[in-house]
Amino acid sequence: MMGLPAATQGLFPVPQLEYQNLAPVLIVLVAALLGVLVEAFLPRAARFRAQLVVSFGGLLIALAALFFAGNTDGVIAEGAIAWDGPARFLQGLILVLSVVAFLLFTDRKIDPGRDAFAPRVSAIPGSAEEQSLTEKLVQQTEVYPLALFSVSGMLLFPAANDLLMMFVALEVLSLPLYLLAGMARRRRLLSQEAALKYFLLGAYSSAFFLFGSAMIYGYANSLRFSEIAAATASQSASEGLLLVGIGLISVGLLFKIGAAPFHEWTPDVYQGAPTVITAFMAATTKVAAFGALVRIFYVAFGPVREQWLPLISVISALTMLVGVIFALTQREMKRMLAYSSIAHAGFLLTGVVALSQKGVSAILFYLVAYGFATIGAFGIVTLVRDGAGEASDLSAWAGLGKRSPGVAALFSLFLLSMAGIPLTAGFPAKFAVFSAASASGASWLVIVGVIASAIAGFFYVRVIVLMFFTDPQDDNTTVAIPSLATAISLAVCAGVTIVLGVLPQIGLEVADRASLFIR
Amino acid sequence: MNPMNYIYLSAALFSIGAFGVLFRRNAIVVFMCVELMLNAANLAFVAFARINGTLDGQVVAFFVMVVAAAEVVIGLAIIMSIFATRRSASIDEANLLRS
Repeated sequence: MMGLPAATQGLFPVPQLEYQNLAPVLIVLVAALLGVLVEAFLPRAARFRAQLVVSFGGLLIALAALFFAGNTDGVIAEGAIAWDGPARFLQGLILVLSVVAFLLFTDRKIDPGRDAFAPRVSAIPGSAEEQSLTEKLVQQTEVYPLALFSVSGMLLFPAANDLLMMFVALEVLSLPLYLLAGMARRRRLLSQEAALKYFLLGAYSSAFFLFGSAMIYGYANSLRFSEIAAATASQSASEGLLLVGIGLISVGLLFKIGAAPFHEWTPDVYQGAPTVITAFMAATTKVAAFGALVRIFYVAFGPVREQWLPLISVISALTMLVGVIFALTQREMKRMLAYSSIAHAGFLLTGVVALSQKGVSAILFYLVAYGFATIGAFGIVTLVRDGAGEASDLSAWAGLGKRSPGVAALFSLFLLSMAGIPLTAGFPAKFAVFSAASASGASWLVIVGVIASAIAGFFYVRVIVLMFFTDPQDDNTTVAIPSLATAISLAVCAGVTIVLGVLPQIGLEVADRASLFIR
Repeated sequence: MNPMNYIYLSAALFSIGAFGVLFRRNAIVVFMCVELMLNAANLAFVAFARINGTLDGQVVAFFVMVVAAAEVVIGLAIIMSIFATRRSASIDEANLLRS
């Protein structure tokens, strides 16, 4: 403020920003901007290596910065961001999952000399331009900065402490994902269609979120969660605004987590997007969105729980049942995994309904188990191929256990974890959310959840039976040898799934300590 | 004029946008309806800022304008690439993804 006349100095106070605590987000943003500069100024041949250094460097430094940022809870950045246990836990989880998913992006060995992304997204599918780019083995590296921008939004989303920050984080995480969904190298038409559907429905749902925020602002005269909670606790006037606001905000957030009846986009986008992008967004978006959902319902709308709890309970039950029943009918591996992720959103919502600290810690643990199993499962899907790319039809997976028992065993591990079988991470996770829900008196929901788990177990086991006890139908299916990066990524996912399954108390203790929201 | 009328206007605009998304079949028009919803929210924010006597709502309106501009860039890029492939911007023809 050196050059300004004295009179203006008091008018605009300089905001206090806790750079130490904001460092993880800022580092990822800087890495994304560096990635854009790499795209603009480096020759094409040098870009891939440069992007790897920038992306993995950025993510790992951000992880280190998070580790050293301190454990003192508080509200930072002039009240816009909460720095508490769930925020730190979820930021760490999102960064680790991003590293694991980024390893899958780098693979150029599965499809020899090529990665999973279209050489030039603007080229018309099937055109001469695209063919010549494919023959010249041109690779685009725009995915790395785009995915980094998305990661920075995901880091902010569960830490946002007011509605404006939450909306901006929602858009920063979503907009790059819309583009990434349309970048598949093979089956370009499906991929473009997935991008269109994801974009139109995503923009539609965030408009609902924004209009809901406007209603809440009109009701509470503030965007900050703590002040919204104070307003709901004290006044009873114009309750209509509050209810409309909660409803519209719920639509926006339930869309992001893929809960029924707002789940329609999930199977289409998961199927159409490049599988490595599906792995990335299925895991990290759900982590970030659940963080935001739980924070807003616990911190801002906690005092009026009797208004929204019945609705969320019903949506939770509906989501579990819709997910498992539609998963049963799928003939396509990626669609089946998409419906399974919808079912998991329902299981996670039972933890939200618990509305207790135990529920929060159960959700945190569940997100760890779900995130790694999901990236692992979609990572395996990239390996099983036929002449036209990934062989994602279920029939192509028949007899896989005889051809490559290792890959089939690994895939079975991830499926068993999703099914919640003991000795995999899925079992303590499911047990934790259900016991939290039943401790809070939502027994009927737990019964629905157990029934849904039983149905889910059926279709997961069906795939395992298909792989190990069925004869292969044709010989077109091959299992590709992955690059070292993909192998490391799959090994990490398998390791976390087994370790948290055998020794769940390690994860549960960390989640317990991280489960208190600052208000 | 009673500032509450602006809230009613914004609710009406939001509903027009929301129903437009559900019933129009051209991707560009659907997208314009989404933009109408965002601007309806802006109007509500500014009107509430006037009613409540705080500045927060007006600040939000600026952020939303920037976000909407970014969304236009992404959205038109996706719609353009689909249009170049299919020579059509109808969302009914984008129906390859089925169970």
